Amino acid sequence: MVARAGIRIEALELRRGGKRILGPLTLTLAATGLSVIMGPNGSGKTSLLRALHGLERISAGAVHWPGGTGSPPPRQALVFQTPILMRRSVADNIAYPLRLDGVALAEARGRAAAMAAAVGLGGDMARPAQVLSGGERQKMALARALIRSPEVLLLDEPCANLDGRATRDIEAVLARARAHGTRIILATHDIAQARRLADDVIFLHHGRLKEAAPRDVFFDAPQSPEATAYLNGDLLP
Amino acid sequence: MNEILQGLAQAARLLAGLNADLIEITWLSLRVSVTATLVAALIALPLGAWLAVSRFRARRVVIAMLNALMGLPPVVVGLVVYVIFSRSGPLGVLGLLFTPTVMVIAQVIIVAPIIASIAHQTIRDLWADYHDLLISLNASRAQRIRALLWDGRRALITALLAGFGRAIGEVGAIMVVGGNIDHATRALTTAIALETGKGDFGMALALGFVLIALAVAVNLGVHLMSRTERSSRW
Repeated sequence: MVARAGIRIEALELRRGGKRILGPLTLTLAATGLSVIMGPNGSGKTSLLRALHGLERISAGAVHWPGGTGSPPPRQALVFQTPILMRRSVADNIAYPLRLDGVALAEARGRAAAMAAAVGLGGDMARPAQVLSGGERQKMALARALIRSPEVLLLDEPCANLDGRATRDIEAVLARARAHGTRIILATHDIAQARRLADDVIFLHHGRLKEAAPRDVFFDAPQSPEATAYLNGDLLP
Repeated sequence: MNEILQGLAQAARLLAGLNADLIEITWLSLRVSVTATLVAALIALPLGAWLAVSRFRARRVVIAMLNALMGLPPVVVGLVVYVIFSRSGPLGVLGLLFTPTVMVIAQVIIVAPIIASIAHQTIRDLWADYHDLLISLNASRAQRIRALLWDGRRALITALLAGFGRAIGEVGAIMVVGGNIDHATRALTTAIALETGKGDFGMALALGFVLIALAVAVNLGVHLMSRTERSSRW
């Protein structure tokens, strides 16, 4: 069996104002599954996600998506740590990516309602997004990200500041998406969540890759002293 | 003080009697200024949004120019438009001088920078909120501008009202290009200037109160309309 080429990150580097904030990072991720990026605050989790998504100007190196050079990057969506609310109704927020693709309003709203139901976001779809609670906002952002059926879904701390119930709902949605073949890369510093969701773990510290390993290896026998300390609950410098 | 009261009384009499001249003058004022505001909005709103989402070398200069143009002296605008549309001017063949059309053109030039500048400020703030999302969703520049204008529409109404306020109260430009011709290009402001010049302060004040009432009515009307929209929270 020929293994499908994964996502190859080659000597990826981000520099801002003369300071290196990420990398150089070389890493190959499997073409399927759910990877969790872990690390303390400021370790470069968000920067890595944004660089993968193409939101950050890459200073050096490259990201090669499966399919070989020259092929376009896969359809992807990024869920931001703080959901960005458009000043529109919940339905129109979720439908917006479809509207960008030229889908008619009525159909886009219908699909938005179905997607909202799928992520467990109930209530009146016509209410403005600004009145949603924190958990509902994350679900709305997740629905908006999923509505274009992305091949790659990137999430930046999707459950930060959420209670157990909302976290469970969102994790269920992610598990379902993963089962349908969506490649998920998720940044979190919630160790328990990483244990529940991850196929493999990437551990960053000060913008450098400290460890990349399958879940069981990472949690049972971490190789790097930083990851060991982090998992033990020690405060990293 | 007495003259002001008399002016108020005369305004009430004019309004109560539905004076035909008054209605004609008021209607022309309203028509010219509303048209000028709408035409200016068609130019200025996309321009303001485009300035907010674009990064180019001369951007700061363009924005500074725009802000400076907000203070354009109407009488100078009127003079320049007059020269352009006069018989010997480049657009003289159109024969537009001393018509409501050329009054609209002059007011568009006065109003557009105000609308563009306020729109730019508003949309710049909204763009800061939306930037990452719209880039992430791969929206084209036209799509970004459309989303920003639509979602910022409430604040943009204020920009339009500011533009309308300047247009309806403006006298210098429409006096020069329109000529204050009775039954043709006489607007409220030019009529006030004329009555004041004639020494008929009662009439001038009466027209002044009508002008103020008109401006208030338009603003109230727009606010009531935007509040009855379904998405009233924004």
